[in-house]
Amino acid sequence: MSVASATDMSAAAAGPASLRLMSAARWRWYEFLFWGIAVACGLSTLAPALGFTVPVIPTKLMLMSEILILGLLALSIDLTLGYAGLVTLGQGAFFGIGAYTAGLMAKYGAGVAPLSDPLLGLLGAGLAAGVVGFATSFLVLRGSDLTRLMVTLGVALIVEELVNKLKDITGGTDGLQGVMSSSVLGIWDFDLYGYTAFWYALGITFLCFWFCRRLVNSPFGYSLRAIKGNALRARAIGMPVNARLIQVYTLSAFIAGVAGGLLAQTTQFASPDMVAFHRSADSLLMVIFGGAGHLYGGLIGAAIFRVMQDFLSNITPQYWLFWVGIVLILLVLFVRNGVIGLMMAASQKYIAKVPPKSGALK
Amino acid sequence: MTTVLETRVLRKAFGGITATNDVSFTLPAGARHALIGPNGAGKTTFVNLLSGVLLPTSGSIFLNGEDVTEWSVRKRSRAGLARTFQINQLFADLTPLQTIMIAINERENAARSWFRSFGARKDLVGEAVELIESLNLADVIHNRVGSLAYGKQRLLEIAIALAAKPSVLLLDEPAAGVPESERDQILNVVAALPASVSLVLIEHDMDLVFRFAKTISVLVNGALFVEGSAEEIARDPRVRQVYLGEEVINHG
Repeated sequence: MSVASATDMSAAAAGPASLRLMSAARWRWYEFLFWGIAVACGLSTLAPALGFTVPVIPTKLMLMSEILILGLLALSIDLTLGYAGLVTLGQGAFFGIGAYTAGLMAKYGAGVAPLSDPLLGLLGAGLAAGVVGFATSFLVLRGSDLTRLMVTLGVALIVEELVNKLKDITGGTDGLQGVMSSSVLGIWDFDLYGYTAFWYALGITFLCFWFCRRLVNSPFGYSLRAIKGNALRARAIGMPVNARLIQVYTLSAFIAGVAGGLLAQTTQFASPDMVAFHRSADSLLMVIFGGAGHLYGGLIGAAIFRVMQDFLSNITPQYWLFWVGIVLILLVLFVRNGVIGLMMAASQKYIAKVPPKSGALK
Repeated sequence: MTTVLETRVLRKAFGGITATNDVSFTLPAGARHALIGPNGAGKTTFVNLLSGVLLPTSGSIFLNGEDVTEWSVRKRSRAGLARTFQINQLFADLTPLQTIMIAINERENAARSWFRSFGARKDLVGEAVELIESLNLADVIHNRVGSLAYGKQRLLEIAIALAAKPSVLLLDEPAAGVPESERDQILNVVAALPASVSLVLIEHDMDLVFRFAKTISVLVNGALFVEGSAEEIARDPRVRQVYLGEEVINHG
């Protein structure tokens, strides 16, 4: 290469710098641990057949599927909130649209094989939610966080009312009965115990997670961080801020729709509860519980939230939200960025106490 | 000499206050121009009009011969107009390297990619490293921007603007608030900018202005008060009066 020596020098420096930038996207041991635990939960259901007794987990398979699905919904919020800095209180709308779309496809597609195919159902659920997300994304471009909360909440309330009113299609308050998807990939039927449902939910959730992980570590993902950091500066470097926000909001709606579709398919039911306001609020809580901006926050938050709900509602069926409220207040007051923030602070303390070996150079 | 930036009877009124009063201004290619004036003379408003943060009440703006009066910040930026901000506008949670890469990706239309890894384009990373080194930021290249010393943050402001490879650069008080000990670093960086970039410096600090600028415009009450070479302005008794008067009011 016949270029100036200064350029040669920086070309040499580009290698390490490039690796350093890309190292943010490297898979870490605790990520393998996380997904390993999820797989182990599913495998534990085999224990009785092998003669072991695992008292809790097998009977909780449906609960675990639900945690994965709620985690996926929370993940879709983390994408907009944790990376682009867009707050939303209406993700339940996309979740519900996905649930009803997949539900209707399964119900009326029965016999017409392709339409009741679960994977096709998820695609339909995602697309339907994505289209509504795109159409309403223009509303969240303007204004402050407060306006965004109100606008997204408004959209969710409209969708909720539509589901209640369009009885002929949605079944109204009775919900959509007879949602029977055909078997996954034509091999695995949805069974009574929820084995298929669990592995199916795990597979789809992981696939969506993997996709989001690529996305947030791409140039596009970093431009979202820039918008969250300082939109004025982002515009000044020539970034099409609005176009980027529309894209991520639409994508987030798509993923929320897939999550909704998953819930309808695995529970074989779609109900107004799936578009209700508490869906939006709960899923936002999950992201805040877990910690925003790391992709895992929503999944961890969903697990904590749902297990707490299960545990507490056994003790105080009426008042379990009281304890959720207490935990929420404690987390927000004393911990920066939820459970993940807590773990990061703990690991930093540990590193400070036990210096790495290279510290001996001092 | 070709004109890169021009305003024609540019005016901006906020209610009853005319912050920019019929300013007609031309910037030739390769200029080293300073825009000075007492507090409240409308310097920052003028920069905001040029960069598109504010839209003028009347008048027009031309960039490289094109009428950009109605253009957005983004479009002007892509057409070669870059600016720094008087108050730092940075991405506090990112590193200088990430920041510059984001700006370069945007310039190269590489930021739309959903699947490429951030930092995979070695040619662009090399350019970012080079730019960061040339601005004395090599020692903090992987540090969190929010934790950098103020002087370093000011340098990063300039680096981000340069990453767009602008033809016109507006520097809004680059040394504002920088401690005396770090000031020279900024002066040297500004002095070393390539001649291909036409510069407009908005500044309070007369040392910096006279060290750097070949030509100067003085803005008073939103209007162009006087224009000329640095020597002419330094000698002009009216400019002295404007500034001395201001000083008396400021410190009185």
